[in-house]
Amino acid sequence: MPLQLHNFLFGIYPYIALAVLAVGSIIRYDRDPYTWRAGSSQLLRRRQLIVGSVLFHVGVLIIFFGHLVGLLTPVAVFHALGLSNTFKQIMAMTVGGIAGVMALIGATLLLHRRLYDPRIRRASSFSDNMILILLYIQLLLGLGTIFVSAQHLDGEEMLRLMAWAQGIFTFDLNAPSYIVDVSPVFKLHLFLGLTIFLLFPFTRLVHMLSVPVRYLWRSGYQIVRTRKPAARG
Amino acid sequence: MSQLLDRLNFFASKETESFSGGHGVTTHEDRSWEDGYRKRWQHDKIVRSTHGANCTGSCSWKIYVKNGIVTWETQQTDYPRTRPDLPNHEPRGCSRGASYSWYMYSGNRVKYPLVRSHLLRLWREARKSMSPVAAWKSIVQDPKKRASYVKKRGLGGFVRADWNEVSEIVAAANAYTAKEYGPDRVMGFSPIPAMSMVSYAAGSRYLSLLGGVCMSFYDWYCDLPPASPQTWGEQTDVPESADWYNSGFLMLWGSNVPQTRTPDAHFYTEARYRGTKSVVVSPDYSEAAKFSDMWLHPKQGTDSALAMALGHVILREFHLDRQAEYFQSYVRQYTDMPMLVRLVKRDGRYIPERLVRASDFADALGQENNPEWKTVAIDENTNEIVVPRGSVGFRWGEDGKWNLEEKDAEGRDISLKLTFIQDVDHDDVADVDFPYFGNREHDHFEGTDHPDVLTRKVPVRVVKLKEGEALVATVFDLFVANYGLDRGLGGENVAKSYDEPHPYTPAWAEKITGVPAEQIITVAREFAANAEKTQGKSMVILGAGLNHWYHMDMNYRGIINMLVMCGCIGQSGGGWSHYVGQEKLRPQTGWLPLAFALDWNRPPRHMNSTSFWYAHTDQWRYETLGVDEIISPTAPEGPWDGALIDYNVRAERMGWLPSAPQLQTNPLEVARQAEAAGKDPKDYVVEGLKSGDLKMSCEDPDNPLNWPRNLFVWRSNLLGSSGKGHEYFLKHLLGTSHGVMGKDLGDAGGKKPQEVVWHDDAPEGKLDLLVTLDFRMSTTCVYSDIVLPTATWYEKNDLNTSDMHPFIHPLSAATDPVWECRSDWEIYKTIARKFSEVAPEVLGVEKDVVLVPIQHDTPAEIAQALDVKDWKKGETEPVPGKTMPQIAVVERDYPNLYKRFTALGPLLDKLGNGGKGIGWNTGHEVELLRDLNGTVQEEGPTKGLAKIDSDIDATEVILMLAPETNGEVAVKAWDALSKVTGRDHTHLAIPKEDEKIRFRDIVAQPRKIISSPTWSGLESEKVCYNAGYTNVHELIPWRTLTGRQQLYQDHLWMRAFGEALCVYRPPIDTKTVKPVIDQKKNGKPQVVLNFITPHQKWGIHSTYTDNLMMLTLNRGGPVVWISEVDAAKAGIEDNDWIEAYNANGALVARAVVSQRMKEGTIFMYHAQEKIVNVPGAETTGQRGGIHNSVTRTVLKPTHMIGGYAQQAYGFNYYGTVGANRDEFVIVRKLEKVDWLDEPATAGKEAAE
Repeated sequence: MPLQLHNFLFGIYPYIALAVLAVGSIIRYDRDPYTWRAGSSQLLRRRQLIVGSVLFHVGVLIIFFGHLVGLLTPVAVFHALGLSNTFKQIMAMTVGGIAGVMALIGATLLLHRRLYDPRIRRASSFSDNMILILLYIQLLLGLGTIFVSAQHLDGEEMLRLMAWAQGIFTFDLNAPSYIVDVSPVFKLHLFLGLTIFLLFPFTRLVHMLSVPVRYLWRSGYQIVRTRKPAARG
Repeated sequence: MSQLLDRLNFFASKETESFSGGHGVTTHEDRSWEDGYRKRWQHDKIVRSTHGANCTGSCSWKIYVKNGIVTWETQQTDYPRTRPDLPNHEPRGCSRGASYSWYMYSGNRVKYPLVRSHLLRLWREARKSMSPVAAWKSIVQDPKKRASYVKKRGLGGFVRADWNEVSEIVAAANAYTAKEYGPDRVMGFSPIPAMSMVSYAAGSRYLSLLGGVCMSFYDWYCDLPPASPQTWGEQTDVPESADWYNSGFLMLWGSNVPQTRTPDAHFYTEARYRGTKSVVVSPDYSEAAKFSDMWLHPKQGTDSALAMALGHVILREFHLDRQAEYFQSYVRQYTDMPMLVRLVKRDGRYIPERLVRASDFADALGQENNPEWKTVAIDENTNEIVVPRGSVGFRWGEDGKWNLEEKDAEGRDISLKLTFIQDVDHDDVADVDFPYFGNREHDHFEGTDHPDVLTRKVPVRVVKLKEGEALVATVFDLFVANYGLDRGLGGENVAKSYDEPHPYTPAWAEKITGVPAEQIITVAREFAANAEKTQGKSMVILGAGLNHWYHMDMNYRGIINMLVMCGCIGQSGGGWSHYVGQEKLRPQTGWLPLAFALDWNRPPRHMNSTSFWYAHTDQWRYETLGVDEIISPTAPEGPWDGALIDYNVRAERMGWLPSAPQLQTNPLEVARQAEAAGKDPKDYVVEGLKSGDLKMSCEDPDNPLNWPRNLFVWRSNLLGSSGKGHEYFLKHLLGTSHGVMGKDLGDAGGKKPQEVVWHDDAPEGKLDLLVTLDFRMSTTCVYSDIVLPTATWYEKNDLNTSDMHPFIHPLSAATDPVWECRSDWEIYKTIARKFSEVAPEVLGVEKDVVLVPIQHDTPAEIAQALDVKDWKKGETEPVPGKTMPQIAVVERDYPNLYKRFTALGPLLDKLGNGGKGIGWNTGHEVELLRDLNGTVQEEGPTKGLAKIDSDIDATEVILMLAPETNGEVAVKAWDALSKVTGRDHTHLAIPKEDEKIRFRDIVAQPRKIISSPTWSGLESEKVCYNAGYTNVHELIPWRTLTGRQQLYQDHLWMRAFGEALCVYRPPIDTKTVKPVIDQKKNGKPQVVLNFITPHQKWGIHSTYTDNLMMLTLNRGGPVVWISEVDAAKAGIEDNDWIEAYNANGALVARAVVSQRMKEGTIFMYHAQEKIVNVPGAETTGQRGGIHNSVTRTVLKPTHMIGGYAQQAYGFNYYGTVGANRDEFVIVRKLEKVDWLDEPATAGKEAAE
């Protein structure tokens, strides 16, 4: 891969993707609040949905938080906790692998349902189909990296990726250079991940931002909104 | 400000109040999102309109408009209030009406003028070198060119054209047809003017100025109950639904009020709360059945047997064993029961003949005026024969004695004798023969083995007539004998108790109908007891369920008899409530001049559609019903042979029924020839017909000279809904692919008609041009050559009335017509304008010879008093208006047709206006219209006349001229009637004399109409509208022979066909199953079921059945209903695709298997359209078919009678009716559902 392209994809593209994600989401939330939804098709057909959706969501959430913590936590913190690189690498592969397989089974069920159930198919937009297919590919790529990582149990590849990710968030101009030599599988996985960030505001993925977790602790189940203007300050 | 920023309020106070012990909280969240929901229901304006669907609902609706788009509709609630003791009219509306706005912007909307592409290509080619009429001629005279588009009808291939081009094609076709064949080959079919009067009038005014033919609808739909004109001389006058509330005993008989009279059903519920008892008679467990105290479910088609048994009980308990005083005095004064009937001897016994007339006596009983039309009775006081007032003879030729006062012609008080049963009253007891039909063989109906002729004892008197002594009996005595009641006279065939098996006891009826005898006795007793206590507040609501059988007259007369013998007709809360079709055109007499251009020329050309379609779709060529199967064993001497169409031809010849086309020769040419011969056209036609030089078209309907050539269809879905014998329409009238499987009489070797020319090769494709105006792509549009996009009910200004309520209210334009649509009024104006431009190529000012049948409610109605004589057979001389049709000459100013169309012509000033036998001067109204609408300024024949330019102008003409909407006219009308009756009726309208209802008034709020003599009910502050009310309370005679409710029908043909008195007649055998059963097996088990086509829940006729919302509420396509038993026999499960077929054709639908259904029947809610989700039928290979694919209409000779008082022709008043309920079909599961959606092949090439 030409270096310039590499630098663009892993030095500039991440900022484009993250900026579109942030600004796009804000604009969509402000301009088109009624489109902000999960787009559930449960009303059309329950079959395959419940099992597929639970497997997929549980798997993806584990993976998501695994990536978040794993990539963005400084290495020093792990070391301070007494976790070796090898241990971390193995744990990432194990937990990620199990969660990835769960998510993949779930996604397979969901994708099959979306494409082959005539009612769901008719009710699906291009973006619904596209994002599910992209996530599916991303899961395959993610699982594919396990085979590469298995040859680097010392966690070397992992450390490079951590450096890159942390570099991006610390505006380190050399960030792309940390991953010049990582396996192409990782590069593809990274690129697709960034692309998913880029597409995020234009798809149903936005429901991630408004998962009603607050329901877990809010009090009262009958809500009355007062007509008095909200007291400010 | 921003959805997001407003939520970033983590530092704001989150203090919330809680309530309900902490289960509820009050928050301060932003509420602006709620505006989204508020805006959903905001709108720019509300406009008042309604739906012209012929549902009789006539509900006023609010139409909501937002950004120039109609968004939804809701029910109006501002009807004028009723009285304190009566519920108000609202809510009025239903789910169907509420879904109407879907049509406006749907894919099914017709948006542009469309023409069949083959035709348009030919037209454009021809127009390059030819003028319009010549161009049309070059196309239709070339058989190849003509066939190239005729054979493609129904196969798609429409292309857009513009209004200029398309109106030129239509105008050229009309002009060519008028010139080549005669204007009476241009036909127009549009139904039910009451649902949008101006739209109807637009087309009929154009046709009437042209000399074209307006075709009837009420009879064709089989909504017309011939029993009504037979009994009352009135076509369907009924109580408004509010009057149900006043009833004490309410029977629903074959009427499904909650389903088909949804907006009125609340009065039924309210009546139940008031304590009204209700009995529902319906073979299936209908929605109405759940309202009932008692549900009777007779076998379908045997209703008259049930009615006769009910009448049997009522007569026994309220007229014979005990005489209820109210009943006796009612039948004495208001019915023909005291009138005398002559008995004639045959085979040693007697047969009732005609009613005795004053003219039968040596001195004509002192009557000089019309003695042949005055019936006689015996006065109880003097025991002498008297001539009671009110018979039709008093109506014409003299004034002041046509009323129902108990007086004779000389003014002496009389009380008529009902019966000769007392020993002192009769001279003898005669053996009188009555026909019995209940023993006829039928594969599917139970009969009894009584003889054909039932002889019973009747008390008689001997009277001295001109011709010698004769035996006479009262109608009452014959009537009672006919019901099979023993009166102590002994003899056979009469019953002392209800358990005896003789017709028409409850025990007999149980065998025929399956209804237990004790239930019949209970209902009869309670019905009559309530009527006796309340002076007639027992009511029967009935409808299509009974009227669509071939012998519908018997079902109806059986019920009418019950109502009459209990004094219910003409009493508030009682009576005959026949609701089938929105036929009540309340401002009728104001509308007629506009609609039929009576302001320019009279008479218009009318045609009874049933006879017309029977002849011109060649259904007569397949006739299976022989006259010998329906003739009475007691028929008087006569040949009584020939085919059904022969009777129709005779009827047309004798001036009974109208003819169109009329003469084989072009009527314009006839006038020219008469002029050339120097003869009066009338004499010329009489001589020509007598010599045979001129021929009536009806004698050779398959001759190309007699074909109908152009047909306009508007406000109608003729081919998707009402076209009985659908496949015959396709084959013979349209000439396209069809599913007829039976053989015609030629191929089947049947007996051919005598009066009609038989051509071995039946014509296929009689029409040159079929033009349909619609707002949606209906089945009819699909088969048309030209489709014109018309305004929806929310895009035009018009008037609407119904018999269900007393209001007149508008359709008004919520938005302009979208795309290139125009209102019907504007479309016909466009065609008229183009016609005036195009016609001078071949037509100028022409004389047109018009043949008119003998009309009811005119002096001519008393034409053929004592006998039936056919001039063609030399039995009498042809005398126009007496023994043959009247002949009139009308001037047509073709170049000025458009100018005439848009101006109120001079005849209203000159001849006045009127209706139903009375007339009045209308000069003042014409003057007011000149002021209101303005006058024509343009030079020409119409300068200075009142303008009728816009649709609102047209509504003002109707409203100004009609007594129902103009109090001044109402007073004039009542005054005119007062002269004839000799009683002052003006008090009924004087309180409203100053009231003039204008279009803007009804846009503001629906208005109650003003009482007028056009109708027999009153709209007042004291009573609900109820038919016959003014007959009973104002003593205005019924417009019948006796002037009374006529229960004895004495016309020769009535007697010949055994219906002088009501009898039970089982359904006819249409013989359509045997020729095809087992011919085309598909390996599935099959059942043969009676094919019934009731009104539905998810549509009104064919409207709404293609509406997405209604399709979603039902099963999204055609369905039939069958019983669980039949379904099991044929291995059909719910929702399976089935095929139903017989010799007439085939249809496919999904099966709804339901416990509600009676075994042996299949319901197909009628008019489910061919355009939505209809696969191919296995037997025909054609797309599915519609409900009428398996029907064929069969005429009944008694409906052809004319020239005989109440049995004289009137447009939509009397005539043949399109019965279709006696039909059977073979039902089986489809082997394979074939959607026929493969690409068009060479053989099936679409019209690209």
